[in-house]
Amino acid sequence: MKAAMPLIRAERLVKTYRTGEVEVHAVRGVDFAIESKSFVVFVGPSGSGKTTLLNMIGCLDHPTSGKLTVIDTDVGQLGRRAAANFRGEHIGFVFQDFNLIPVLTVYENIEYPLIMVQDWPEKKRREQVMRLLEAVGMSGQAGKRPDQISGGQKQRVAVARALATNAQLVLADEPTANLDHDTAYRVIELMKKMRDEFGTTFVFSTHDPKIMGAAEVVFTLEDGGISKPSEKALEKAEAVHA
Amino acid sequence: MLNVLKIAVRNLARFGRRTLLTSSLITLGIVGVLLFVAVSGSFKTIMIGQFTDSMLGHLEVHRKGYVASIDSLPLNLNMQPAMVAKVEQALQGMDTVEAYSERIKLGAMFSNFTETTSIRINGVDPAKEIATTPLLPGRLIGEKRAGALLNPGEILIPELIARGMKVKAGDTVVLVATNRDGSVNGKTFTVAGVLQSVSGPSGKDGYITLEDARSLLRMKEAEVSEIAIRLKNPAQLDAVYAQLSKELGAVAGPGTATATGSGDKPASAGGGGGGLEVHTWADLSPFSSIVRMIDLLAVFIKIMMVSIVLIAVMNVMVMAVYERIREIGTISAIGTPPRRILSLFLTEGLLLGAGGAALGTAISLAAIYALNIWKVTVHFGMGQAILLSPAVSVRDIVTIVAMVVIMALLASLQPAWKASRMDPVRALGHV
Ligand SMILES: Nc1ncnc2c1ncn2[C@@H]1O[C@H](COP(=O)(O)OP(=O)(O)OP(=O)(O)O)[C@@H](O)[C@H]1O
Ligand SMILES: [Mg+2]
Repeated sequence: MKAAMPLIRAERLVKTYRTGEVEVHAVRGVDFAIESKSFVVFVGPSGSGKTTLLNMIGCLDHPTSGKLTVIDTDVGQLGRRAAANFRGEHIGFVFQDFNLIPVLTVYENIEYPLIMVQDWPEKKRREQVMRLLEAVGMSGQAGKRPDQISGGQKQRVAVARALATNAQLVLADEPTANLDHDTAYRVIELMKKMRDEFGTTFVFSTHDPKIMGAAEVVFTLEDGGISKPSEKALEKAEAVHA
Repeated sequence: MLNVLKIAVRNLARFGRRTLLTSSLITLGIVGVLLFVAVSGSFKTIMIGQFTDSMLGHLEVHRKGYVASIDSLPLNLNMQPAMVAKVEQALQGMDTVEAYSERIKLGAMFSNFTETTSIRINGVDPAKEIATTPLLPGRLIGEKRAGALLNPGEILIPELIARGMKVKAGDTVVLVATNRDGSVNGKTFTVAGVLQSVSGPSGKDGYITLEDARSLLRMKEAEVSEIAIRLKNPAQLDAVYAQLSKELGAVAGPGTATATGSGDKPASAGGGGGGLEVHTWADLSPFSSIVRMIDLLAVFIKIMMVSIVLIAVMNVMVMAVYERIREIGTISAIGTPPRRILSLFLTEGLLLGAGGAALGTAISLAAIYALNIWKVTVHFGMGQAILLSPAVSVRDIVTIVAMVVIMALLASLQPAWKASRMDPVRALGHV
């Protein structure tokens, strides 16, 4: 049986930042594929290119060269508005600093993309938000403002917001960097649980080796290149091709 | 849209003190403008009333060319009886007209038997004149006598002549006038009273009855120099002016021809100044330039208010965008369309302006109400204290509020545009 088209495929993907005379090779021609419904982490030291890579996958930034296909779309070619539409349609984001909207309640933060990004009818919105609040275990805090809940709770809300539009792909750049280890671990576990429940592909990054253990596919980045796929990644890849 | 509104309101509330400060600045601007408009409007109305109600009337009809040479009070440019009849007919058909008064204006020599001076005289029908310029009796200096203001054989003289010639009520004086054929005639009058001078044209004129004026001038026909008109509602001035001009314009054609008796050639009828013309009080009074100055001042104050709104709102919105760059990055990253981001900030600016405008309007109305209760008076010229009754029209309020709201929108446009164009990666990386 031939494997289906992967959700994300990068071929000789390059990102070079040019600031005046200086060129920074943030990503130096990487190749990888990420299957649908997988739970993937990019690990690597600071400056290894994790954020750069995730930004390109998330259509927030253009590759300098190479080919990047996300959900059957050549995202390297997308214009500003098309990229925004694509993100709103297919991708959820979880940020390192939670980035909840401070003037909105937990409930409203999750509801936000359903109003401002997609136009969901009121009743469907309520059902979806209630379901997600339940799923991330925040039902009891729905009316609180972001400054009234803990960091771990904020990140749970952020995960729920990323899932609100039923995105196929959630990207999380260092989602646990501002959390203590236990909380971080629980947030990663929550994301995995969400993957199981909603069938969403999660791609996150971390420089914390202890967190990466929770991932099923691990890409190790080093100075803009993928050094070697991890054991688990190989197992997974074999399983897919078997 | 409701939700954009909700977010905007919450963001404004989040920086409550700043919002309050800015909107109170806008409030202050609105209060300033509305109070100025109300008080200056009232002042204007009173001043205009002084002119229209004590001598000019709201509108005046003359034979064409009369006003251009009004300084010499040209008797040969009087209206013929037929013309007068046409005007009267037109006026009686207009329910916007409250009263009108025919006048003969003439220059004469005034003598107290020892000294002589020149005087300008209005020959009027006292009842009609009072109906047209109701403040005229109020200009009488000293005790009011019982009975009519002016009887045949009597004259009301201006204060300046009374003082200069040492003449008082009850004295006998002589008027000598030259008629349009150049013959001179004299007539004695009893001084019925002395009139306080008011500034402006005809403010230092004497008054005699229409019949006395005609006999002094030995008029064969019932000619009239001007017809002063009082409107029921001065606000209708422009409309009535237009209507009357139109109706009398028609009179100027064949009507004039009959009036001047040269029947066969209507176009050139009456030679020089065949037709009629209508003037508003403003055309006839130098005070209209003061009114224009007041209006100009109002425009100036409005420009100032608009600038305040523009700067205040722009300042706040630039800050609001700067403070929320990361938030903008976030909502942009998750796919909020740029126009939504634009509308988010525009709504904020709009609310800021509208809130300030609403509060400002409320305060202004309260203040205007208070001014009316406390009865503020002004002294105008030598007249008695006049009660100011400031008021603003709904139209004024709507215009000014609309101006503020539009300015607030314009002021938020640039910051909002900037927010909507922001690159999400750079915005998210902003510290
Ligand atoms: N906008 C930019 N302009 C120039 N150079 C950049 C820019 N963004 C990133 N870089 C450089 O690209 C390289 C990769 O950066 P990136 O942020 O992707 O690393 P990272 O793995 O996410 O690091 P960290 O763990 O610190 O977040 C670094 O050398 C960085 O300095
Ligand atoms: Mg990074």
